[in-house]
Amino acid sequence: MNWLTNFVRPKIRALYTRKDVPDNLWHKCPSCEAMIFHRDLEEHLHVCQHCGHHMRLDPPRRLAMLFDDGAYQTIELPKVLVDPLKFRDTKRYTDRLKEAQSKTGRADAIMVAHGSMGGLPVVVAAFDFGFMGGSMGMAVGEGLVAAAKLAVLQEAPLIVVPASGGARMQEGILSLMQMPRTVIAVEQVKEAGLPYVVILTDPTTGGVTASFAMLGDVHIAEPGAQIGFAGQRVIEGTVRETLPEGFQRSEYLFDHGMVDMVVHRKALRTTLVRILDLLRRPLPTAEIVRLPHRGEADGPVAAVPAAEGSETRAGAGAPER
Amino acid sequence: MQTFLEFEKPIAELEGKIEELRHLTDAGDLNIADEVGKLQAKVEKLLQTTYAKLTPAQKVQVARHPNRPHALNYISALVTDFTPLAGDRAFAEDGAIIGGLGRFRGRSVVVIGQEKGHDTETRVKHNFGMAKPEGYRKAQRLMDLAARFHLPVVTLVDTAGAYPGVGAEERGQAEAIARSIERCLRLPVPIVSVVIGEGGSGGAIAVAAADRVLMLEHAVYSVISPEGCASILWRDPQMAQDAAVALRMTAQDLKQLGVIDQIVSEPMGGAHRSPADTMTAVADRVQAALDDLRALDPAELKARRRQKFLDMGAHGLGA
Repeated sequence: MNWLTNFVRPKIRALYTRKDVPDNLWHKCPSCEAMIFHRDLEEHLHVCQHCGHHMRLDPPRRLAMLFDDGAYQTIELPKVLVDPLKFRDTKRYTDRLKEAQSKTGRADAIMVAHGSMGGLPVVVAAFDFGFMGGSMGMAVGEGLVAAAKLAVLQEAPLIVVPASGGARMQEGILSLMQMPRTVIAVEQVKEAGLPYVVILTDPTTGGVTASFAMLGDVHIAEPGAQIGFAGQRVIEGTVRETLPEGFQRSEYLFDHGMVDMVVHRKALRTTLVRILDLLRRPLPTAEIVRLPHRGEADGPVAAVPAAEGSETRAGAGAPER
Repeated sequence: MQTFLEFEKPIAELEGKIEELRHLTDAGDLNIADEVGKLQAKVEKLLQTTYAKLTPAQKVQVARHPNRPHALNYISALVTDFTPLAGDRAFAEDGAIIGGLGRFRGRSVVVIGQEKGHDTETRVKHNFGMAKPEGYRKAQRLMDLAARFHLPVVTLVDTAGAYPGVGAEERGQAEAIARSIERCLRLPVPIVSVVIGEGGSGGAIAVAAADRVLMLEHAVYSVISPEGCASILWRDPQMAQDAAVALRMTAQDLKQLGVIDQIVSEPMGGAHRSPADTMTAVADRVQAALDDLRALDPAELKARRRQKFLDMGAHGLGA
């Protein structure tokens, strides 16, 4: 009887009783530990409404919040050699990669998209911290090179949103070489006279910070993001003292002259639209037929040559989401 | 006083024996010359076999050998009229990176070298070769100077990595490295880098995004130290030997990967056994590289440098 009551019956029961409550309705804020309802979380762009903590965003959410009407086209990442070093630590690198790919549904830790922002064409490359800590190996480097090429081709500004632990150790020296490669990529954008904006998010560290991420024309940081070169534990281990409160956080970098502004996620899109407008439409629109209305992120109608491929949007700019 | 590495123990013993015999010879007994000769031959053979098949972990030790010639040794041996220039014009002078103007085999160059120091006092002075942002900013300033006066740049890479510290972060370590890479890539003049010991990650690439990257036979160059890699990926610093293998940090692997352009052979038993020969070999290769590059105009130089880095990694180890 034991086998029937203890094993068979619960199994049958499990088949019939469905779970009524999905387990992902409530999220706990990693900073203040308050419970947040999932709809509130989406509505507030994954910023805790209690303490203002900016949670990490995956690339699709990030791209959707930046582009006009949340619409964008992604490009396929160029193929690169997989596991060039045949690297193996406690696990095979190829296994780690496969795991991350099936977890995120992405080929590697970056997504490159183009679309319009305030009516101007832009290219955005967003990192996925969920994919092996957003680490930069050959695929990510190649993604950034491709993003830069696309930006030059479309005469569009390049916006990069890093969220990364640094270079990917499993690709060894070839990861390190992504530092000069990505520097070349952003150089090409700058040489084409196009703006290059970096949005530093939590966390941006290591080889990523020490290459393309610190070379923007404009540096915008999200509040409270960890941005630095060496990890905090490494520093503590070296200098043998506890680090000051807020060390390597956005506000600290602002105080030390490394970022232009710290901007709340809600204001990020408007800020970007404004900056790009100032840089890409330097001539006043006032001379053209109608006066600009306050709050309108309008493109110039005539006279001023708009960047190729850009659609001048009639009416008001996209509403903030 | 010579320092012997763990795996050099048998060699050390033999050399000890020779030394003893020599003492006896001094005492008047002359029949030992033969014996000494035999032992000497044995030492050489042992050195040859040991150094022909160093493991990556052993190469790390050789690359960090205290008697290995450091940047300042190279500069004093190879550069005449060396005029050190100091300071980043913003915050401080950094002893970990030494640089300045000088004459290398007759021509004016800008030299930038990472110096580790050779005893306690000098190690502290040079911060063990770990540069802070001001060091990289000094390097940038020197590269600007080279560009303005059309002087080629020679960099000597030998660092465990950029300094990880509170102050370094405050002053923008990452930004300083990034700008330094950018400056290397923008240079309208030839830049040749030599990895003479340890090429430690961002701290190394900051001054090594060059037209030609040379590397000594037993030097190492990697994205992270094997110790660091082991403690992060294996969660056990004891696994550093495995990490050294996995990271492919030897000159031979890097040549295959196309990350470096040339390997400079070391004298038998490593650079620390005959520093003078090592430095001459490096100088010959650097001169050859500079001669090669001299013919290129600035735009061509820059375009090729870029293409080299853009092409990197396309072929993996099979190349």
